[in-house]
Amino acid sequence: MAGQPLLELRKLRARVEGKEILKGIDLRVEEGETHAVMGPNGSGKSTLANVIAGREGYELEGEILFRGRNLLELPIEERAREGVFMAFQYPVEIPGVTNSYFLKAALNAVRKHRGEQELDAIDFLGLVREQAKLLGIDASFLDRPLNEGFSGGEKKRNEVLQMAVLNPRLAILDETDSGLDIDALRIVAAGINARWRQDGAVVVITHYQRLLNFLVPDFTHVLIDGRIVRSGDRGLAEELEERGYGWLEDEAASGESSRP
Amino acid sequence: MSRSETPATPAAIERATSGEYKYGFVTEIESDTVPPGLDADVVRLISARKNEPEWLLEWRLRALEGWERLAREQGEPRWANLRFPEIDFQAISYYSAPKLKPELESLDEVDPELRDAFDKLGISIEEQKRLSGVAVDAVFDSVSVATTFKDKLSEMGIIFGSFSDAVLNHPELVRKYLGSVVPPADNFYAALNSAVFSDGSFAYIPRGVRCPMELSTYFRINAANTGQFERTLLIADEGSYVSYLEGCTAPMRDENQLHAAVVELVALDDAQIKYSTIQNWYPGDKEGRGGIFNFVTKRGACRGRRSKISWTQVETGSAITWKYPSCILQGDDSVGEFYSVAVTNNLQQADTGTKMIHLGKNTRSTIISKGISAGRGQNTYRGQVMIQRRAENSRNYSQCDSLLIGDECGAHTFPYIDVRNTSSTLEHEASTTKIGEDQLFYLNQRGLSTEDASSMIVNGFCKEVFRELPMEFAVEAQKLLSVTLEGSVG
Repeated sequence: MAGQPLLELRKLRARVEGKEILKGIDLRVEEGETHAVMGPNGSGKSTLANVIAGREGYELEGEILFRGRNLLELPIEERAREGVFMAFQYPVEIPGVTNSYFLKAALNAVRKHRGEQELDAIDFLGLVREQAKLLGIDASFLDRPLNEGFSGGEKKRNEVLQMAVLNPRLAILDETDSGLDIDALRIVAAGINARWRQDGAVVVITHYQRLLNFLVPDFTHVLIDGRIVRSGDRGLAEELEERGYGWLEDEAASGESSRP
Repeated sequence: MSRSETPATPAAIERATSGEYKYGFVTEIESDTVPPGLDADVVRLISARKNEPEWLLEWRLRALEGWERLAREQGEPRWANLRFPEIDFQAISYYSAPKLKPELESLDEVDPELRDAFDKLGISIEEQKRLSGVAVDAVFDSVSVATTFKDKLSEMGIIFGSFSDAVLNHPELVRKYLGSVVPPADNFYAALNSAVFSDGSFAYIPRGVRCPMELSTYFRINAANTGQFERTLLIADEGSYVSYLEGCTAPMRDENQLHAAVVELVALDDAQIKYSTIQNWYPGDKEGRGGIFNFVTKRGACRGRRSKISWTQVETGSAITWKYPSCILQGDDSVGEFYSVAVTNNLQQADTGTKMIHLGKNTRSTIISKGISAGRGQNTYRGQVMIQRRAENSRNYSQCDSLLIGDECGAHTFPYIDVRNTSSTLEHEASTTKIGEDQLFYLNQRGLSTEDASSMIVNGFCKEVFRELPMEFAVEAQKLLSVTLEGSVG
């Protein structure tokens, strides 16, 4: 595809308290693509998501280019308004703030940034109810305090609902499959697939391959010890499901990491 | 009034001559202050200035004796979790006629920080002028608005006006109820107030009358001129209802550092009183200089069966807040409620809470306290629940939550619980949370600025209290909280 990629990581390194978590990541994500980032626990997957979203507390080197802009120069909320969305592995509870109040404020912050008119309560409710229905979410969900008292699965579905309403260009799903049973997984994946925009991209971060049965990746990357040790197509994800990560960890340890 | 402070412009002169009327003062301007110090002569002078009847003078003098005894035997109370320098009570002047503030020509002369706060709170230009002492356009005659309301109220038999007026026009009611809830020697500050109180509000709602409006607009008009030692008495006769709003979200500056108010509420059979307060007195600067010391005694007696008193307070101002709006649940099946948000930022300190004293059978009380500490603020909840032996089948539910912003502030909880029968139940829940980086990151990641995010978190935290406030007040309270905590997060 001609022109700049949607997301490009260049030699991205991240340290926390002197410990290097990401050790030089290069990644290109084009519009319309779905990428899977897989890897064992502690390999740096969540750090990668957090760093792109802008979480503080990391010493960073390298570049994160989003549609040509260096995200490292933007605060978290600016990145979000530019269209970077992260579905949290552990969605945070905000007591006393209803789901719909929060989501309306968020949507209008994004719309304002885009130069679009802010939605009033009625239009917003119309939009959010429609999306909730597509995701099999009960309307009463919207009046509950944000994530407070939600089950693990409800929290994850709420993340996907937020994504659907905010309609970002880039969605990073951090372990969104954990805590979901197979039916919920199917609904969530269908929601993402149905909603997905042609000029957007999805990065699925996951430990297991099972979400990828429903959300088929164009590319699969394996992250081990802060490095992408192998990239491939969806076949790689299937291979990992069969063989586990051991063989790639061995390769990484012996310093023979290969890159296509 | 000192001429040297005031440019002798036509507007200022006009204001100086018409001002007393505008705010309803009747005192003579030239004799406005007595020398510092407190003794029986000062109390006599105050009483004489206000043309009070003999019985009230005697009441004040007994209160003075009580205060002197408390001062001698115990001194100023120091049990609260508050640090402040010793107050020299003989260095304070206990009577000054309402002084006209130095006249300002326009809002341009008002402290920009204050104006900024007004704007953020969405206070109208006219009201801004009034609050900051700028000459007000004659068209905006707030007193006439108040008079219209008063006419409507008096048609229903509701008595509502200044405490001084009530003393002169309804002495039988004042005499019957004054000090019946907060006795003159109840505590150090209440005794001081009882001896020297300046003025305040009085309301009587007759039997079976539901007060048709929040008693607020009128009070807001007076709020700018309430004195240092304010006295309020509210009586809801059988089967009546009243909702009373006190205070104002606008920042209040006052040169008097010590404030000691007393509020007494009486609810007879089947009566309900809902009392809402927003307190935003000057908190001092960021280094803790200046600021009001606010020592308030507020207490309501649910004297009748099935009566109900509900306190809701949003305390954001003052350098020192010492305040425990309480309910004495005397009547069987009576209900007491306390909903509180107290915020301390910078070097503010608050020691606040409530007392629920269950005397009657089947009495119920609810306590919801939300303390927010930011900067180097210290926030203490202190609450007593006492269920007496006779108060069978009574219930209390208490919930005390603290929210910390930053790592230099403090939250403290002191619950005192005393249950003397076996048929009553009591629940107490407490939590302390911090505005977490996790919460901010989550909301930032959805596109909300840190300011909006923290305001959302704080307002969510206070929701159970805000929903008890009358609608308009609740909206103001939310804005006020954002302004108060501005810059303390992120």
